[in-house]
Amino acid sequence: MAASTLKIENLHVSIEGKEIIKGLDLEINGGEIHAVMGPNGTGKSTLASAIMGHPKYEITQGKVFLDDEDVLEMEVDERAKAGLFLAMQYPSEVSGVTNADFLRTSINARREEGDEISLMKFIKKLDSKMAELDMGEEFAQRYLNEGFSGGEKKRNEILQLMMLEPKIAVLDEIDSGLDIDALKVVSKGVNAMRNEEFGCLIITHYQRLLNYITPDKVHVMMQGRIVKSGGAELAQRLEAEGYDWIKEELGIKDETVGQEA
Amino acid sequence: MSVDTKIAFDQDYVRSFSEKRQEPQWLTQLRLMALEKSADLPMPKPDKTKIDKFNFTSFKHDVPTEGISSLDELPEDIKELVAKDQQSGNLLVHRNSTPVFKQLSDELKNKGVIFTDILTAVQNHSELVEKYFMKDVMKVDEHRLTALHTALLNGGTFLYVPRNVEVDVPVQALYWQEDPEAGLFNHVIIVAEDNSSVTYVENYLSYSHDVESVANIIAEVHVGQNARVTFGSVDNFAKGVTTYVNRRANVGRDGKIDWALAQMNDGNTISTNSTNLVGDGSYGDSKTVTIGRGDQKQNFTNEMFHHGKNSEGVLLVHGVQKESASAIFNGVTKIEHGATKSNGDQTQRVLMMNSKARGDANPILLIDEDDVMAGHAASVGKVDPLQLFYLQSRGINRKEAERLIIHGFLAPVINELPIEGVKNRAIEVTERKVN
Repeated sequence: MAASTLKIENLHVSIEGKEIIKGLDLEINGGEIHAVMGPNGTGKSTLASAIMGHPKYEITQGKVFLDDEDVLEMEVDERAKAGLFLAMQYPSEVSGVTNADFLRTSINARREEGDEISLMKFIKKLDSKMAELDMGEEFAQRYLNEGFSGGEKKRNEILQLMMLEPKIAVLDEIDSGLDIDALKVVSKGVNAMRNEEFGCLIITHYQRLLNYITPDKVHVMMQGRIVKSGGAELAQRLEAEGYDWIKEELGIKDETVGQEA
Repeated sequence: MSVDTKIAFDQDYVRSFSEKRQEPQWLTQLRLMALEKSADLPMPKPDKTKIDKFNFTSFKHDVPTEGISSLDELPEDIKELVAKDQQSGNLLVHRNSTPVFKQLSDELKNKGVIFTDILTAVQNHSELVEKYFMKDVMKVDEHRLTALHTALLNGGTFLYVPRNVEVDVPVQALYWQEDPEAGLFNHVIIVAEDNSSVTYVENYLSYSHDVESVANIIAEVHVGQNARVTFGSVDNFAKGVTTYVNRRANVGRDGKIDWALAQMNDGNTISTNSTNLVGDGSYGDSKTVTIGRGDQKQNFTNEMFHHGKNSEGVLLVHGVQKESASAIFNGVTKIEHGATKSNGDQTQRVLMMNSKARGDANPILLIDEDDVMAGHAASVGKVDPLQLFYLQSRGINRKEAERLIIHGFLAPVINELPIEGVKNRAIEVTERKVN
């Protein structure tokens, strides 16, 4: 498997008629970890959801390509099968469907009929990934996210990431609401995925996560655009100094969407 | 429509049908009386469902049917319904309402258990059947369909468990409507005498996809003092069949009934499931699952009537509505004056898979006593688009995602079905109705 590239060009996204993302460009290559940072209300999560095809978000302009495939032409499940993954900020609960059944169905969805993963192989993989994430065995048989705590849901998202092994993953605020131990576990999971082919876009407003997962590139979002990009040192400066110096530098008074520079 | 009924089945027809079957006089008379009453009685009025366009008249009543000499002669889909532990056990197979296979273990026979078709029962145990047939639990003249049921009775099962006898293997009745036009007027009587216990499982299957037919089914269950009955059913009538089904139990002191009903018909259906908690300390538990699809219209009324003190009744209904199917779910918990310390609880959940599907849940609590507990929960909702998005975002296509959600939605009820065979069958039928 050669490394893939996710290419976003001049992306505009609206929700219920209101434009949230206003011309965003970003390129993520396999092997790279990107972090998109920014204060609340700047369009970060919208970016994550729009890439995956969230039903509420309308893409009004721009292109998203995964290698030479037009992502925006694909159904949600086709995007996943092409190699995209979104770890959600608020994963849905699905009653009556066990975590294990759900994961097995997901894995088999990307395999040919007749070439389904064997039960033994599946269980072995699931057991080892759950152990890496300090998840008790009972999680396999619990209903999908039902009654999970916030931290358990995040772990479960990372478990899915590790089981499905996408080419490019988008992690939407995977760190929010986590205590430091859980944060370490989740980071460990993401770092275990790290290799020359796996590309990752981490969306966060805390620099904290980036102490455990060192990004190759850091982007700052304001007013629905990427306003500044840099290396890991940019995140550290944001942690130390906040966002005000960027706003000053760019002459932005209110960074949230809907305000003009 | 009543005119059609009268023309097709007059007094002469009913008398000769009864005589041909060598029925006792009381039954012939009851049939004739019921037929006469049927002309004047009103149709049932299921709450919020219009049934004036339902077919209740187009069917064949008396279909000549050949017997079978062994279970091997059954077609595969019917054979699959026979639970593994029934192959040498207690089984009754009806084909177009005619009994074609009967088996009851010697052990149960020796204990005095009767498990036979209703025709044989009225011939061999006339007084016993007369004592229970349309007497205490159901009445002939509740409405036109109960009267027609009595007049046109053409199949059914009689299960009698004497005092202190515990039947530990389920008994199973299979109603196989091979002829798509065959109408079924099926009557089930279960009598569990004091301190006895039994599990009865029934399966209905038909193939009337293009032609019309009718199923008019009544099950009367008598649960004696401290007796226990588990009643499981998988209904699977095809699209062309209009079904009226009424399953009702009277439960004596400290008696217990568990209903587990997978109501997977494809045609219009009026269903009532009632439990009369007559004795003090009696217990009723009713679980129902259904999937509506196509343009079928269904009405489900699930009722618990508390008469005895300390009686406890639990209703749980989960329904999925697909395509342009519509269904009304009426849950009734009635606690009569004097039924102190009783506890009634009901839950109804309806999931609609698209905007054309209709579902309505009506929880009704009628309480005439102060010192009781009663609770209800009802929800009607469309499938959550975010759930679908979540599942699809893992590579699962929309159809498969819907399948998972439906199975998951029905699982809390299906997993509770007390008999493994009924549970598996319910899962299989669910699978068929989802795809």
